[in-house]
Amino acid sequence: MCSVQVTAPMKINPKAPGISASLPAPIPAQLSTQAAAAPRHRVDAREDAPWVRFIVVAVAVAFMGLFVVLPLACVMTEAFAKGVAAYFAALTDPDTLAAITLTLLAAAISVVANVVFGVIAAWAIAKFDFSGKNLLIALIELPFSVSPVIAGLVFVLLFGLQGYFGGWLLAHHVKIIFALPAIALATIFVTFPFVVRELVPLMQEQGTEEEEAALSLGASGLTTFFRVTLPNIKWALLYGVLLCNARAMGEFGAVSVVSGHIRGQTLTMPLQVETLYDGYQITAAFAVASLLAQLAIVSLIVKVVLEARLERD
Amino acid sequence: MKISIADVSKRFGAFAALDRVNLEVRSGELLALLGPSGSGKTTLLRIIAGLDWPDEGQVLFDGEDALARSAGERHVGLVFQHYALFRHMTVFENIAFGLRVRPRRARPSEAEIRARVQKLLGLVQLGWLADRYPNQLSGGQRQRIALARALAIGPRLLLLDEPFGALDAKVRKELRRWLRDLHSEMHVTSIFVTHDQEEAMEVADRVVVMDKGRIEQVGMPQQVYEQPRTPFVHEFIGESIMLPVVVLNNTVHFEGRPIGVDAQGAPDGVATLFARPFNMTILRDAASDSLHGEVRGIHGIGPARRIDVALGGTQTVIEIDAPRSHNCAIGQLLYLRPAQYQLFPSEF
Ligand SMILES: Nc1ncnc2c1ncn2[C@@H]1O[C@H](COP(=O)(O)OP(=O)(O)OP(=O)(O)O)[C@@H](O)[C@H]1O
Ligand SMILES: [Mg+2]
Repeated sequence: MCSVQVTAPMKINPKAPGISASLPAPIPAQLSTQAAAAPRHRVDAREDAPWVRFIVVAVAVAFMGLFVVLPLACVMTEAFAKGVAAYFAALTDPDTLAAITLTLLAAAISVVANVVFGVIAAWAIAKFDFSGKNLLIALIELPFSVSPVIAGLVFVLLFGLQGYFGGWLLAHHVKIIFALPAIALATIFVTFPFVVRELVPLMQEQGTEEEEAALSLGASGLTTFFRVTLPNIKWALLYGVLLCNARAMGEFGAVSVVSGHIRGQTLTMPLQVETLYDGYQITAAFAVASLLAQLAIVSLIVKVVLEARLERD
Repeated sequence: MKISIADVSKRFGAFAALDRVNLEVRSGELLALLGPSGSGKTTLLRIIAGLDWPDEGQVLFDGEDALARSAGERHVGLVFQHYALFRHMTVFENIAFGLRVRPRRARPSEAEIRARVQKLLGLVQLGWLADRYPNQLSGGQRQRIALARALAIGPRLLLLDEPFGALDAKVRKELRRWLRDLHSEMHVTSIFVTHDQEEAMEVADRVVVMDKGRIEQVGMPQQVYEQPRTPFVHEFIGESIMLPVVVLNNTVHFEGRPIGVDAQGAPDGVATLFARPFNMTILRDAASDSLHGEVRGIHGIGPARRIDVALGGTQTVIEIDAPRSHNCAIGQLLYLRPAQYQLFPSEF
């Protein structure tokens, strides 16, 4: 499973033996007679020794604290280092506001594009047989294995001034590189697996029978899609959208290559953080970073809720 | 509605799932499609329903070309092998679906829809389940809801794909009787698929036996059972004893000796004799022109018992039914003669 950018969420299952075992288990009254009958420290071959469990849990907790909680706390402390007023001043700076707007816009575009593309691709993969299907499945995962920087460079190569379509675009006054279109394209590229990979297994499992039933009951193709297919995949779709959105807002590498770093114009939030930091505006940098951190936390909470829904369906 | 299927073929790649199928379904009848797994039953239903198209052939509904119409335009009620209920809709909404998706002009009012759904729920005797979701129902309940959903559109034809396939024997029996009653009440032309021959025999007006994409025989249950047209049908419907025999001068020989039965006009040569286990007569006295063998096992409950007999030199073991009154013991020699049988010349 893929993780949301800033935090690396790690699910702790309270029922996992390691965790519950580390707590002293109170013996209920009605069981105490049985407990007395059995030897107190009976060794159960199915369970690890208490000290092993303790160490495993301690390592996990320490690791989480060191790599997740501590950095988050640092971001927050630094952001408010010069007080609340400075924090909000940093956030309402016009360049920062522009960065926030651009980030929201790029994320919105890539979410919409990925929903449309994701549903169509997942539908094709899950419900039809065609040659080249395995190739398509492999290609969908490609953005996860390619460095985002390379993705950015590809777009520069295609649409940059020296690129394949650069001359034509210049002649027709279309600006892609160093502008919103390229930022959106790069973001779409790095995020497009999220929706598809959530939908494909689900749609494959659900098959086409419900759709066929709807068709034979007289529903049109469109009605069938909106009344049968979409409700069946909506939680998985939302889950994919959430991951896609979190990644889109946090994307740095690919966007950095195509952005051109024009202050107040082509800087997204992560790029704005970098620029501020490089300009020694530490508090402002952390203020913007704190927004991204909050986004991550919200995403995480929504993710947990969605996972519960998905589980239930 | 009358359905005519003429020379319908359907291939998946090089594999012929249906091979020139011809079938007439009479108006108002309950027809069973019977055949082993992979014989093309579902494929045929899907073509009739409009979910698949044949490579060749014609499908006519009351003389009208059905292939020119989409699934939705055919007004065929289809009950899937695995129900295919809409999992995110309540039972009520599942049944109402076919009415709600009608074009605005033809759509009944909300009150009418409610009334229709309630009536159908009553018909399948599941009124109290209206607000449940499919995953909260038992298999038999899902089955009946799927049927109610198909009936909601007032279908001209009802197709049921192994309606009782996933249910246990007792529920199956109940539901099949219930389907029979429902059909005699509504008289909508119905085709149901099964690979349970007992089910087909009990419920259907006529039975269609399919094998490897072809129709082997069509007829009344009794007729198919008593006069199977091909070795496959004999073997598939009911239990069979099969003996490799040779026909010579209108007498039948097994292991080189005549067995005292007539060849019924079968040509000289190698053939297979088919008989039912209860059609083997046990002769009182030793006879040289009969089948004979040693009793290997006796089992069974009820009025008849099953006897395993190892025949002559080849040790072919056949199972015969004998009345309980017949005394015999393991190791005893029995002389047998088929009272009723069929001979099918071997194909070479
Ligand atoms: N979409 C498909 N692609 C390829 N082959 C198919 C397809 N659908 C069916 N077949 C093949 O066609 C043959 C007939 O299938 P069909 O589903 O009609 O069998 P059936 O008689 O309904 O069997 P069962 O009793 O197991 O349901 C099978 O051999 C099956 O493998
Ligand atoms: Mg089938």
